[in-house]
Amino acid sequence: MDFLRPASWEEALAAKAEHPTAVPIAGGTDVMVEINFDHRRPEYLMDLTRIGDLHAWEVGDDTVRLGASVPYAEIMEHLRPELPGLALASHTVASPQIRNRGGVGGNLGTASPAGDAHPALLAAGAEVEVESVRGSRRIPIDDFYTGVKRNALAPDELIRAVHIDKADGPQQYSKVGTRNAMVIAVCAFGLALHPETRTVRTGIGSAAPTPIRARAAEDFLNAALEEGGFWDNGKIITPSVAKRFAALCAAACNPIDDVRGTASYRRHAVGVMARRTLTWTWESYRGAHRTTEGAA
Amino acid sequence: MRVNFTVNGRPQQADDVWEGESLLYVLRERLGLPGSKNACEQGECGSCTVRLDGVPVCSCLVAAGQAEGREVVTVEGLADHARQRARGAGGTCGTSLDEAKGWTADGTDSQTGEGAELSPVQQAFIDAGAVQCGFCTPGLLVAADEMLERRPNPSDADIREALSGNLCRCTGYEKIMDAVRLAAARQSEGV
Amino acid sequence: MPTNGVPTKITQGSGTKGGIGESTLRPDGTLKVTGEFAYSSDMWHEDMLWGQILRSTVAHAEIVSIDTAEALATPGVYAVMTYDDLPTEVKHYGLEIQDTPVLAHGKVRHHGEPVAIVAADHPETARRAAAKIKVDYRELPVITDEASATAPDAVLVHEHRDDHHIGHVRHPNIVHRQPIVRGDVATARGRADVIVEGEYTFGMQDQAFLGPESGLAVPEEDGGVHLYIATQWLHSDLRQIAPVLGLPEDKVRMTLAGVGGAFGGREDLSMQIHACLLALRTGKPVKIVYNRFESFFGHVHRHPAKLYYEHGATADGRLTHVKARIVLDGGAYASASPAVVGNASSLGVGPYAVDDVDIEAIALYTNNPPCGAMRGFGAVQACFAYEAQMDKLAARLGIDPVELRQRNAMEQGTLLPTGQPVDSPAPVAELLRRVKAMPMPPERQWESSEGADVRQLPGGLSNTTHGEGVVRGVGYAVGIKNVGFSEGFDDYSTARVRMEVVGGEPVATVHTAMAEVGQGGVTVHAQIARTELGVTQVTIHPADTRVGSAGSTSASRQTYVTGGAIRHACELVREKVLELGRRKLGSYHPAWAHAELLLEGGKVVTDGGEVLADLVDVLGDEAVEVEEEWRHRPTEPFDLRTGQGNGHVQYSFAAHRAVVEVDTELGLVKVIELACAQDVGKALNPLSVVGQIQGGTTQGLGVAVMEEILVDPRTAKVRNPSFTDYLIPTILDTPTIPVDVLELADDHAPYGLRGVGEAPTLSSTPAVLAAIRAATGLELNRTPVRPEHLTGTS
Repeated sequence: MDFLRPASWEEALAAKAEHPTAVPIAGGTDVMVEINFDHRRPEYLMDLTRIGDLHAWEVGDDTVRLGASVPYAEIMEHLRPELPGLALASHTVASPQIRNRGGVGGNLGTASPAGDAHPALLAAGAEVEVESVRGSRRIPIDDFYTGVKRNALAPDELIRAVHIDKADGPQQYSKVGTRNAMVIAVCAFGLALHPETRTVRTGIGSAAPTPIRARAAEDFLNAALEEGGFWDNGKIITPSVAKRFAALCAAACNPIDDVRGTASYRRHAVGVMARRTLTWTWESYRGAHRTTEGAA
Repeated sequence: MRVNFTVNGRPQQADDVWEGESLLYVLRERLGLPGSKNACEQGECGSCTVRLDGVPVCSCLVAAGQAEGREVVTVEGLADHARQRARGAGGTCGTSLDEAKGWTADGTDSQTGEGAELSPVQQAFIDAGAVQCGFCTPGLLVAADEMLERRPNPSDADIREALSGNLCRCTGYEKIMDAVRLAAARQSEGV
Repeated sequence: MPTNGVPTKITQGSGTKGGIGESTLRPDGTLKVTGEFAYSSDMWHEDMLWGQILRSTVAHAEIVSIDTAEALATPGVYAVMTYDDLPTEVKHYGLEIQDTPVLAHGKVRHHGEPVAIVAADHPETARRAAAKIKVDYRELPVITDEASATAPDAVLVHEHRDDHHIGHVRHPNIVHRQPIVRGDVATARGRADVIVEGEYTFGMQDQAFLGPESGLAVPEEDGGVHLYIATQWLHSDLRQIAPVLGLPEDKVRMTLAGVGGAFGGREDLSMQIHACLLALRTGKPVKIVYNRFESFFGHVHRHPAKLYYEHGATADGRLTHVKARIVLDGGAYASASPAVVGNASSLGVGPYAVDDVDIEAIALYTNNPPCGAMRGFGAVQACFAYEAQMDKLAARLGIDPVELRQRNAMEQGTLLPTGQPVDSPAPVAELLRRVKAMPMPPERQWESSEGADVRQLPGGLSNTTHGEGVVRGVGYAVGIKNVGFSEGFDDYSTARVRMEVVGGEPVATVHTAMAEVGQGGVTVHAQIARTELGVTQVTIHPADTRVGSAGSTSASRQTYVTGGAIRHACELVREKVLELGRRKLGSYHPAWAHAELLLEGGKVVTDGGEVLADLVDVLGDEAVEVEEEWRHRPTEPFDLRTGQGNGHVQYSFAAHRAVVEVDTELGLVKVIELACAQDVGKALNPLSVVGQIQGGTTQGLGVAVMEEILVDPRTAKVRNPSFTDYLIPTILDTPTIPVDVLELADDHAPYGLRGVGEAPTLSSTPAVLAAIRAATGLELNRTPVRPEHLTGTS
């Protein structure tokens, strides 16, 4: 095994081009487990922690450019207003020690369906900035996950940052685990209201071979909200609408039975989380709506 | 490969490090600092917790090469670290050293390692009965000390959240809660 | 002599600081908080090699061939050994039945069985070399449950059994069977107004101690070996190791290294023999440290069980009879299975008075992971089932569940189903009363001005509920555990106590082979010496095999038995010191000859308090030393047909009240509070006692809601050997645990004390399950209960 220590992003890209099998390591929270347990013996290990750019974030007008290695603890602490869904998801990641070390880039690189960040990214809307010596490109998050632990990266590409749409409305995130802390998701759900476009977006984790959106559920809810004038009147969402939305979210799942839970439970739990997060976000939207009205 | 970094304020060098070795392994097997513990080696127990450039991390998940040039504080350096913090804080934790002496455990059996000057949180763990087999203790101490640094007056829920990455199998955590509350109380009395 | 039920009064040494009854602090505390305490995995030696074990990848197979050539040729590798390289005719070991091969021979019987061992200069070299060993398996059908084990054409897990249980089992795949028959269940059934039946499942729990199996074997010049090891019983290890090495026991020196928790999981050998074999083969020190994955294969687990119960009662809530069948899965090797069967059967009705009982308990040989000792063994599984039955009965009768338990509670004098009278206090009803009387935790603690604090709700940080679907439930349970080794075992301990003047002060040294595994034995040993010898300075000598056996640190027995041995040795030392005093100084004061003399505060005093001499002057340059064995009163085996017999030494009782909040839609549980009341006879160290109770309670909580080793029933392979998927409670899963300690002396025991460590693990689990049932209205016949069981999605 060789240990590569690129001092700059350019060096990292060059090294990755030269050794496409090199395994990038930043927080180490996935890679080191595999090495410690003899599941993986990469020829090259490439340390990205010396590249300062990866630990920085920038808040723009419409998006946040989040360096791939910004640790979850920083997201929780500093980006809650801009990225509330991702901040909530970050808080559910493993333990304080892991949140101090792990970042979204690792979640994306591993592309495990159980990665905690994915549902929040899917719901918020995001693009993954990847680069190789051949050039840079942005992959829409919807196209990023290509299979179980597979993503759209070419062998010579590295993840540099994620551009996440700034929240224009309430976002929520829930994850079911069989322990009250330090637990891998049995399944997870992210929901974002986008009042500016009058749409909702969802993200589901650990309930299909890849992280997914519940598109039929989104379409249904978008139509129902539009039809009922909910975005304008700020009324409580009809229980039957919430129920149907939850059922469609559950139906979007394609889960398996494994040691962490049954497929049937996962489908059920995604439905419950969909209903609850819809209630929470909508209540929050209504609260904001009423405040705005009061101020007007 | 060779790795250079600072541990508990002292520059350290390790040679012939296999590239897949963790910081934990280097500390324990190459630098003679076995205080950080090897309970799970998968980031699921916190017993290997150290401060890496000030931040609590699982040293089992830090590749040795990633520690190059960094500063590490382990349980072996915790008392010094707390002492320096007390000094550096310009008297906000003023008399912690004298107090620590005052809290020295009674009972003078062998195996005590007596004479060691302890940080407030170390002393509180002994006094509150938070140590049984002690294997989780070093990691918990590093995590608890860091939390008290950030948050001198934590609520119970804060303590539980901050320590939720550290498993203990012996105590049922009650005495650990007592110990952290005790350390916080003594720390604030010291102000 | 204390009187039953009356708190023990201490005379000798009562004025000496740091004696029994005080919450003195751990002597190893400072070393443990500074990181200097040397655990078995911290051992290091110049030039040492690393050992690695190659384990079977299948559960049941013939080994067709093993090829080690490539592994041996790897640079940095010093030795590779298989069964064929074992040095003597003794190639098996075991606690009671020597059925476990040191390395697999011809056949593997469970997933993860050791097949070959490697020593190399770096752990990675050893791992790579082990991976190069080629093992050709021919797979056999797997035996995974009672039906497959006892089928007429079942493959035998052990083909050639010649152990002492084979004569009384009806199938060679049954390790041991113990019936307990008392009265006449058929007739008693006729008196019952209500009968409830239940079938219960107890999942496979892991001890999950944090310090991995590890140790260092150092070859010695005389051809022997010195092993630094984390274990629960040095001499039991020694007895099993030496014959395999072909060495006399005095050439295998054993020193206890720091033990990172045990809970029963270190009662069997793990890497001990392997490290010694490699050290003797290479002539170099060899260290072996399991990682967490390997640890799940490297020690026995708690027996999973199926329990079938029938309880009958009259309309006014008096138990008429209990009929039960308990099937424990012992896995591939016997380990402690026979003793687990003994406990499960003899304590199978719980702490209740029942005249008519018919119980059968068996342990199976299967190809599942071997199971053996874990905190409260046998009694834990039974308690889960009989307490569920008591709740079922209470519901059927319309009687409050605590009231029903109290009506049937055993008391001093009650006969166990084995016919043995309970001849010490049995405050079962009182413990229930106390735990019920504790104030209830406030409702909706999670509500705050800023909304719901998810950390205090089911799901915790995962943000699954802000109060939706959350229902509170309360449940109770009580249990009985035997203390010490039962069924005629010669259960003794040895203590060497020395008193001399060091640095101008009288100092006592206590040397035993007791394994300190975290429980605080070293703390109470020093306290006993202070009390008995009236000195403050006590040195606890490191535990090793240079002194006689202390027996196992298990069965809640060490404070009783090794504590008893130390007290006994101290009494003899005291007599010798007083004799010395009489000889040297007797002529100076008549009290030397006539008065009752005590040692107190470093002096010899009369019972009237008059000081006769300083111990320093009595001892002078002389050292007084005594090494003595000490036994608790003998027990007898249970009759193999009827189960009758005075099999137990002592009992320990605890009761729990669990308060839980369940997210009934998602099936997530938050335990809000687990209150415990326990009788400890005499709390030698109250702080440690409470710590034991809280720790045991939490292990019971773990197996109620999350802890289970999952074994694939088709392949008998372990599915979750990691801390990622075998979950133990975090600090956010663990509630406040208020403890009410009762001290009713057992006058057969030193200071009237009762073993403490196990009882709280029994009743915690059924109390949590009862509370979840109360919250959900579900029947819940298995533990642990998982979200799918609470949501109808399993």
